[in-house]
Amino acid sequence: MLLISCPFCGERPEDEFGFGGDASVRHQGGGDGTEPASVEQYADYLYLRDNPKGRHAEYWVHRYGCRRWLVAERDTVTHEIFSVKSASEGGTG
Amino acid sequence: MTGSNLDWTIVRYSVFSLARQALAGHAGWPEAWRKPEPKRRYDVVIIGGGGHGLATAYYLAKLHGITNVAVLERGWIGGGNTGRNTTIVRSNYFLKDNAFFYEHALKLWEGLSLDLNFNVMFSQRGNIILTHDFGGAEGATMRYNALRLNGIDGEFLTREEVRRRVPDLDFSPTARFPVFGAMNQPRSGVARHDAVAWGFARAADRRGVDIIENCEVTGFDIANGQVTGVRTSRGEIGAGKVGIAVAGHSGTVAAMAGLRLPIETHLLQAMVSEPVKPFLDTVVISPGLHLYVSQTDKGEVLMGGALDGYNSYSQRGTWPAIEDVVSASVALLPRLRGLKLMRTWGGVMDMTMDGAPIISKTPIQHLYLNGGWCYGGFKATPGSGWVFASTIANDAPHPLNEGFSLDRFRSGRTLTERGVGNLPHHH
Repeated sequence: MLLISCPFCGERPEDEFGFGGDASVRHQGGGDGTEPASVEQYADYLYLRDNPKGRHAEYWVHRYGCRRWLVAERDTVTHEIFSVKSASEGGTG
Repeated sequence: MTGSNLDWTIVRYSVFSLARQALAGHAGWPEAWRKPEPKRRYDVVIIGGGGHGLATAYYLAKLHGITNVAVLERGWIGGGNTGRNTTIVRSNYFLKDNAFFYEHALKLWEGLSLDLNFNVMFSQRGNIILTHDFGGAEGATMRYNALRLNGIDGEFLTREEVRRRVPDLDFSPTARFPVFGAMNQPRSGVARHDAVAWGFARAADRRGVDIIENCEVTGFDIANGQVTGVRTSRGEIGAGKVGIAVAGHSGTVAAMAGLRLPIETHLLQAMVSEPVKPFLDTVVISPGLHLYVSQTDKGEVLMGGALDGYNSYSQRGTWPAIEDVVSASVALLPRLRGLKLMRTWGGVMDMTMDGAPIISKTPIQHLYLNGGWCYGGFKATPGSGWVFASTIANDAPHPLNEGFSLDRFRSGRTLTERGVGNLPHHH
């Protein structure tokens, strides 16, 4: 059982959270009102993921708590969690 | 036996060799495969000594006449996902690319023990896919119709037919998950997973393939967009062609060649109860609960469920997934209630974004990828090796795996069996 320290609610068990995947995924083009994404950029955004064995920045949503989106940095082998931030502060996406 | 050639006349398994060895006190059985030192160069190097890699090497040698082949395994044969799954073999898929590929695999399974001269204990006991309501039955009927149109066996079972087949399911009026009906594929079943790894290893070795254990690949040699060899913990090995078949580590190995894949690596657990007398002679699946239950030849109740839910390479799971699987199993089969859980384990799954595998050429010449097996790698083993060997030998996909190309994610020809979006949670 992972214990995730929600910055708003404190330390809570993993089954209160939903997993949102790779937090480095960023919408390419279009999002800031400039050029639309190319087909390749959009496919990469939809499908490609960093999938490291080790430290991984990833989205979690505190589904059964404050319902805020969070970005955690976690080791995908040891499950150690190094940091948890609000996605609005620490997110990259 | 290092480096030597075995005398296959004494190791061909038969009732006669068994009798001869029995009279000799079983002291004369040779090793099932050699432990060769790696050569400096091979025509084909397969990375990954699981079922898929070994099957690829076997079919390269048997069907394509390419015998200067090495299979490089970081650990030991049988130590990865081939020995960690719930052993289910079936071909009841909806989309044609999946259906025809897995049906080809199932046909290979039906002759595999004879072909390999190794009993993989393939038992065609069916798999009863339960539906719990009218909507589920409609969906199952649609899939049944697709099966029949594709020439694959299937049958729809009413509630009473399911009751006759699996009387221990909860048919009481207060059942938490009432049984509405089921779809069955009679030719599906289970096989002994370790035997599949050992059988392919032995049969590939017999045809001259070098199986090199404790040999971790640490990098690729790539020149002018073409792979020329691999760097390993046991030195550099030149290669005409290189195939990657490393399941959960597809992403990390492909990254060494500069490739980024549409794959997330997740943890999937399975578990067995203490052994009990035989009571379940088929596989029971509930798609609604995402649950698989069967009984092993040893009597253990074998249960598997959904992913733990977040990227993991740990090969060990956490409690919430175990609790989900056990509680659903007990709800369906109330007589499991008093059983003790004996053992749980986890394997790392390479989950693609559409749920279908990747058996494909890559942007690097002579580098081929076999991965993204999601929940379904074991059942594909012989078919996967068969088409991957063809892809490597001909430098072009076989018609059976054309749809499983790596570039389908850019061309939009994804294979979403469930008809939903880009999530790494599909079959």
